[in-house]
Amino acid sequence: MTQLRLNLLLLGALLAAMLVSLLSGKVWVPPGDWLRGDLASLIILELRLPRTILAAAIGAALGMSGAVMQGYLRNPLADPGLFGVSGSAALGAVSSLYFGYAISALLLPLFALAGAAIGMSLLAMLAGRSGSLILFTLAGMILASISGSLTSLLISLAPTPFAASEIVTWLLGALTDRSWDDVRLALPVMAAGMIALAFTARSLDALTLGEAAARSLGVDVRRLQWLVVLGVGLTVGASVAAAGIIGFVGLIVPHLVRPLAGHRPSAVLLPSALAGALLLTLADSLVRIVPSASELRLGIAMSLLGAPFFLALLFRMRRELA
Amino acid sequence: MDMTFDGISLNLRGRQILDAVTGTLRQGRVTVILGANGAGKSTLLSCLAGLRHPDSGRISIGDRDINRLDRLERARMIGLLPQQGDIHWDIDVTALVSLGRMPHRGRWGMSDADHHAIQAAMAATDCTHLAKRKALRLSGGEQGRVLLARILAGEPQWLLADEPLASLDPAHQLDVLDRLKQCARTGAGVAVVLHELTHAARIADDILVLKEGRVIAYGPRDQVLTPDILANAYGVEVHIGTSPAGDMMVVPIRRIA
Repeated sequence: MTQLRLNLLLLGALLAAMLVSLLSGKVWVPPGDWLRGDLASLIILELRLPRTILAAAIGAALGMSGAVMQGYLRNPLADPGLFGVSGSAALGAVSSLYFGYAISALLLPLFALAGAAIGMSLLAMLAGRSGSLILFTLAGMILASISGSLTSLLISLAPTPFAASEIVTWLLGALTDRSWDDVRLALPVMAAGMIALAFTARSLDALTLGEAAARSLGVDVRRLQWLVVLGVGLTVGASVAAAGIIGFVGLIVPHLVRPLAGHRPSAVLLPSALAGALLLTLADSLVRIVPSASELRLGIAMSLLGAPFFLALLFRMRRELA
Repeated sequence: MDMTFDGISLNLRGRQILDAVTGTLRQGRVTVILGANGAGKSTLLSCLAGLRHPDSGRISIGDRDINRLDRLERARMIGLLPQQGDIHWDIDVTALVSLGRMPHRGRWGMSDADHHAIQAAMAATDCTHLAKRKALRLSGGEQGRVLLARILAGEPQWLLADEPLASLDPAHQLDVLDRLKQCARTGAGVAVVLHELTHAARIADDILVLKEGRVIAYGPRDQVLTPDILANAYGVEVHIGTSPAGDMMVVPIRRIA
């Protein structure tokens, strides 16, 4: 399949999925009524449309940052959460809950973005200026571990059981009741991050040959590291700010599209963004359709989808090794 | 033009990897770098490629310090074939060879010159029939040739190859040696790290011998490939003979205790 056809196909599927997403929910609103200006059309324009856009944007951001992470680390099992950016964004968000987020609905996403920014700066500082991959990975794992344990600490110190349960629920990730405010806050940050990620494309191709060969081809590994920190930080930070932690998208999606895109790291980026958007839009429609007392959390749904995927991967690898 | 390296020293964690190494790579000539394991050969090559900065000494092309060149300009001038031929993703052979054009390419797509260089490099390394194959499904030797094609596609004026013959069969070893020699004949300056002394004898114009980071011999082939120097470098006794066709053969016979 040529790259163009793959991207067009994914784009078409994404648009269809967004349509499905607008139709999914407790109330049925036929497309003809969407712009009528009555209460039913408000459900579409003020509740479902921002949610659909956020799902697609977050999916695209996570899919693309996963593809960049895998290309950068040359490891098909790398995940955008690995560097601790999502952990530190979650820590920021959780601390806003802890201090009582009732003050303003924007407090939580802003705290999450601040957490991601602090995480990114720490990551860049810890990794130093060598551009070395091992130092970078180690720094990221330290960051992930610290932010994870601090988050647990905040939960255990929560003043009321209500606050603790609210934190835990938020961490599970969801797009319930998101508004245009969330879109306005998250979308520009994600777009900036994805632009930074797009600039890594060529260097990632060169890294196919290993670090020494890439450098001899003129790749500036420090600049690359900066772009990766910035791009992953902005995309993942904004995703966590908007929806909490949603795992597996960044891991599964590049995996799935890689063989279709011909394995070249730069060719995987755009299809990963499109397929990530597609996957998350569908998953978010699904959690609204599945009959249950309270809405299934999107983060949990993704993990449930992720496990069988890994099982399939494991069986395939076992066949290849046998 | 020459690439000269003058008194380059490098100390890593208290170990003197290179100690005042001096020499010259001349365009049109093949310089073979010999030495026992750990003598500093690969480190010397990565210094010459500008990937490592020596603690002291200077490496220059003409009168320009290579560590002051623009990254892309240096990448266009100097091609490095690292020792481990890493290929991390299962990309098409053509895509892999095209990576060699990276320092030449404009922002959007490849020019006719790029395509031509890629075709020529693949033809020269006997890879044309592999064009549609996936890089990770090739045999080790085929991968070695594809990686060499990647270097040749960049048409570097200086070609640095670190053990390019590893995992090649004898026929393709000879092919690669002849290809490197031909690169020199068409004007490039070539430096090759080799372990097989007969191979060194086959293509070397000049030979530089390292031992524990120091140059113990440097000069034209016939002055360096002598039993005494090789005994000093490797601790082995060698037999130097001539094939019926007149090719020099250097064969290690036994270890000198």
